[in-house]
Amino acid sequence: MAKHSFRGGLHPYDGKELSKDRPIIDILPGKELVFPLSQHIGAPAVPVVKKGDKVLRGQMIADAGGFVSVPIYSTVSGSVTAIEKRRVVTGDMVESIVIANDSKYEEVKYQITKDFSKLSKEDIREKIRIAGIVGMGGAGFPTHVKLSPKEPDKIDYCIANCAECEPYLTSDYRRMIEEPQKLIDGLKIILSRAINCDMLPADAGCIVNNVDTIVAVYNAVMEGKPLMERIVTVTGDCVRKPQNYRVHIGMMYSELINEVGALRYDPVKIVSGGPMMGFGLIDTNVPTTKTASALLCMSRDEVSEVKPSACINCGMCAQVCPGRVVPKILSDMAEHGDEEGFLAKNGMECCECGCCSYICPAKRNLTQSIKSMRKTILAKRKR
Amino acid sequence: MGDLLNVSSNPHIRSKVSTDKIMLCVIIALIPATVFGVINFGVYSLLVIGASIASAVLTEILCCIVMKRKISVTDLSAVVTGLLLGLNMPPAVPLYIPIMGSAFAIFVVKMLFGGLGQNFMNPALAARCFLVISFPAAMTNFACDGYSGATPLALLRAGEEVNLMNMITGRIPGTIGETSMIAILIGAVFLLLLGVIDLIVPMTYLVTFVIFIGIFGDYGFNSYYIFCHLAGGGIMLGAWFMATDYVTRPITKMGQYVYGIILGLLTGIFRIFGASVEGVSYSIIIANLLVPLIEKFTYPKPFGRGGERR
Repeated sequence: MAKHSFRGGLHPYDGKELSKDRPIIDILPGKELVFPLSQHIGAPAVPVVKKGDKVLRGQMIADAGGFVSVPIYSTVSGSVTAIEKRRVVTGDMVESIVIANDSKYEEVKYQITKDFSKLSKEDIREKIRIAGIVGMGGAGFPTHVKLSPKEPDKIDYCIANCAECEPYLTSDYRRMIEEPQKLIDGLKIILSRAINCDMLPADAGCIVNNVDTIVAVYNAVMEGKPLMERIVTVTGDCVRKPQNYRVHIGMMYSELINEVGALRYDPVKIVSGGPMMGFGLIDTNVPTTKTASALLCMSRDEVSEVKPSACINCGMCAQVCPGRVVPKILSDMAEHGDEEGFLAKNGMECCECGCCSYICPAKRNLTQSIKSMRKTILAKRKR
Repeated sequence: MGDLLNVSSNPHIRSKVSTDKIMLCVIIALIPATVFGVINFGVYSLLVIGASIASAVLTEILCCIVMKRKISVTDLSAVVTGLLLGLNMPPAVPLYIPIMGSAFAIFVVKMLFGGLGQNFMNPALAARCFLVISFPAAMTNFACDGYSGATPLALLRAGEEVNLMNMITGRIPGTIGETSMIAILIGAVFLLLLGVIDLIVPMTYLVTFVIFIGIFGDYGFNSYYIFCHLAGGGIMLGAWFMATDYVTRPITKMGQYVYGIILGLLTGIFRIFGASVEGVSYSIIIANLLVPLIEKFTYPKPFGRGGERR
């Protein structure tokens, strides 16, 4: 422990060797694609197409519903068959645009930029906004908002988050190996031009962006392409041949499972995203979104194998907490519905990373109770 | 593919650490002290420890049945309590005393307050204090197997010479498990290496205590005198195995430092100025009572707070 490092956090089995040497391969979607209108933080997008409309690949199908919101694009050509509520990864039913794929992939014409240094700051930010780019690490925070500063001179650094901290995920890793130039150019675009915001890490004078997000910025600014694809790692101990796919956003998870071939075991649990912060799927017939980083098929569900028991106050949860709160105390308060106490003990600083639940020797679902309390409080604030 | 999938809130993986494994580690760590005690004081002391553990486990089972709770002895915490109380018994104590003590520890101190994790003071120490008050003669009679009754700390206070080497190895009168500094430290190192305990509480406790007796004791910072105080009485067993009890020490890092300092001061006060030459048990249970207060004032600052806002 003498290594210089950050306080908190932990190192579970990372499972990265399963898929890290698997090059990204392209995969084409099936007959039907679903685009939830809310796949980012902020206001849901507003449909600009209606049932029966023909759409092209790269055509906007929903526009931003506010400043903190982004447009959504069709990733295939075809026709709109419905605008209705569909199930998404979280299990919720969300208003979505359903498109029947005609498998022709007819595209709109993109406006290519040869030299981004001729573009103004506003142009670049607008290109990023109009491309529908959000934080693709999982949070889905609109990137143009992150890059829209109140005081433009205070950002000294832009950090490309290449850590890919979730176990099993290798999509960012493959991106860095296969398309490093796009990442570097994307960073240049952000650094030289767009920068600055007054949002969270901005107080420290920096902006943090995920690898895939930065590549998306490159594609948006240089190639004029909206956000239509992302890399998804399909892995887990059930998968014989783990793989990294370049996925058309809106494609169904079930198609990814079919594509990866016969499974070694029947999966007991399927997770969208990583094992620490991902969502357990009720149904694999849900669409991939801008924030879908992985599909994890696990033959065991470690959560249902253990039973929560009494807290012995060991303090391991506080030791691993990167937010430096005491999850034990917060979860007690959450379970008793003590909102005031929860706020006073910095409950809103929790990032829901899952470290406390992972380490807890009494197997208590600390993250879960803290998370639901946070949700309750955030919902009240909105009202 | 199966039709039904398991769903749960994140995270979807769990570590292999568990409560019973932690308790098992503590039991293993106490084996050197136990074995030494039995060799030192004779087979009867093994009976004392056995009676104490059996009583603790049976009381917990009975409580669980009466309270209609799931029987929780498999978490091994009752075994730890029984074992610790047994190690805190004088070697020749009548068997009904540890049996009553364990029953008190489990029923009154632990189960009445809600079971594992809810007790506000260390059950084994609370029971020991209960026994010392209830059976003062039997609980302070350390004469056994060739040892006269007076403990080295009592001799030290009376101004007599004590053999430090014997104190460190443990060939002195005292309770079954407290006499051998070496045996206790072997167990402590085992727990430290496994990460079950850390150094914060024991070290702040011992350092504060040493400074206190250095200042207020009769001999200043005399290493012989200080080592006698460290090797004598229950301070080693207390600092490494009782003060580190998860349930009754503060959960916050800062709080653990404060707690260790309070322990050191209290033990120093009791040993130098108290009526009895011992004071570890009382120090720890008094400090246990202060824990909620300590935790209230030592809640950590969240990450990113405290810096200058730009």
